[in-house]
Amino acid sequence: MTAIRVLVGTRKGAFILTADGKREDWSVSGPHFAGWEIYHVKGSPADPNRLYASQSSSWFGQVIQRSSDGGKTWEQPASSGDADTSGDSPVEPGAGGMPKGESNKFVYDTSPETGRPLTTHQWYDGTQHPWEFARVWHLEPSLTDPDTVYAGVEDAALFRSTDGGRSWTELAGLRGHDSGPRWQPGAGGMCLHTILLDRDNPDRMYTAISAAGTFRTDDGGQSWQPINRGLHSQFMPDPTAEVGHCVHRIAMHPSRPDVLYMQKHWDIMRSDDSGDSWEEVSGDLPSDFGFPIDVHAHEPETIYVVPIKSDSEHYPPEGKLRVYRSRTGGNEWEPLTKGLPQRDCYVNVLRDAMAVDSLDPCGIYFGTTGGQVYASSDSGDRWTPIVRDLPAVLSVEVQTLP
Amino acid sequence: MIRVVLPQHLRTLARVDGEVTLAIEGPVTPKAILDALETDYPMLCGTIRDHVTGQRRPLVRFFACAEDLSHEPPDTPLPEAIASGAEPFYVVGAIAGG
Repeated sequence: MTAIRVLVGTRKGAFILTADGKREDWSVSGPHFAGWEIYHVKGSPADPNRLYASQSSSWFGQVIQRSSDGGKTWEQPASSGDADTSGDSPVEPGAGGMPKGESNKFVYDTSPETGRPLTTHQWYDGTQHPWEFARVWHLEPSLTDPDTVYAGVEDAALFRSTDGGRSWTELAGLRGHDSGPRWQPGAGGMCLHTILLDRDNPDRMYTAISAAGTFRTDDGGQSWQPINRGLHSQFMPDPTAEVGHCVHRIAMHPSRPDVLYMQKHWDIMRSDDSGDSWEEVSGDLPSDFGFPIDVHAHEPETIYVVPIKSDSEHYPPEGKLRVYRSRTGGNEWEPLTKGLPQRDCYVNVLRDAMAVDSLDPCGIYFGTTGGQVYASSDSGDRWTPIVRDLPAVLSVEVQTLP
Repeated sequence: MIRVVLPQHLRTLARVDGEVTLAIEGPVTPKAILDALETDYPMLCGTIRDHVTGQRRPLVRFFACAEDLSHEPPDTPLPEAIASGAEPFYVVGAIAGG
């Protein structure tokens, strides 16, 4: 029987919402990792029971959690007696064969062989500031190997684990792009928040950083190029500079990896050439500021955004929570309001807090900073809260289980 | 045995209830306690002090025998009451909201 599992990261723990294929009756488990910030939880496309979670706090730093049973139980890889026996792990066991607790260790690679020197980036006032690790914003499991997972971190860098999260290695070519000193933090920090993998080309990957922009690799992460031509950002001295843009989110349909959609700080953008150039498709939206953007599971030209009033007022225009849908890949948008509050609503929807399932009709899900997770099981026509009083939602992912 | 009191979140991570006890050879110092703690509970690596530099995380503090030892050098010998187990060594999360 088909089932849906929604993975919700919040300011105070993770929650897992499950329902059968009708998507009507939802059960809620959690809080998992109670009291910690859970920036992201995501399942492996190659093994849906393998989940990865980013757990962090200002007090105790970054923790990586892993589940092998769909979120019923969790472990810190290589920290709780889970010694790797495959021989694949670069982590040598500690004294007495004890695991060494490397799964929380995100250290920028400054080695002469594979790394890049730790440089500085722009601080909010334009002065230079050292690169400092803060947390993992986003975990992107490989499309084919449950033990391979990418991590996008603050301060912006990309890490990869090939041993199920036991150890992490930076793909330093991204941070080592010589534009680094011109990158700067957005309000949430200088985070690498989006990682898109290309189903047809394993060497190609996209990342997005606030506020540096979008980058692409065509050699499996060794080297990266900024792909921000066509972006215009008024907050920069040169609004069309190669880097420095505050990209909030990019999305692709797996069947059409050369077409990318972007929610920028302001502006909805679209690229039809793998990011080489972008055009604005904000069209008739009431506001083109916002955070998430996503694509319908079966209609690659159908996209969703949640307009937010402005960069100074992070809530929906007119206090009306509206998802906007375009069935034309942008420019022409329709508000989706049924079941969503249409007065006195002042929540935000963060960049990683929207996802789609792959049932037919497609289900759309998003979480708010007010703790609601809304779902539509008819491509967005009607919405209902499937849970409504969680801590502020940071991320929403959906798994469609056979 | 050395007694260590951890904050709730670290007890949860380490999957322990109450105090942790550690056996330490040689001088009992903050560094020796943290080394032994991380050896017995590797999931705590990085949560109290930096993986690489060994520096105490900014919002973590160390107390013992009614004294704040957070800013003592890591090799400072701890009071005999800690070494004997009469008093615990406290790892405390700064009281900064949450």
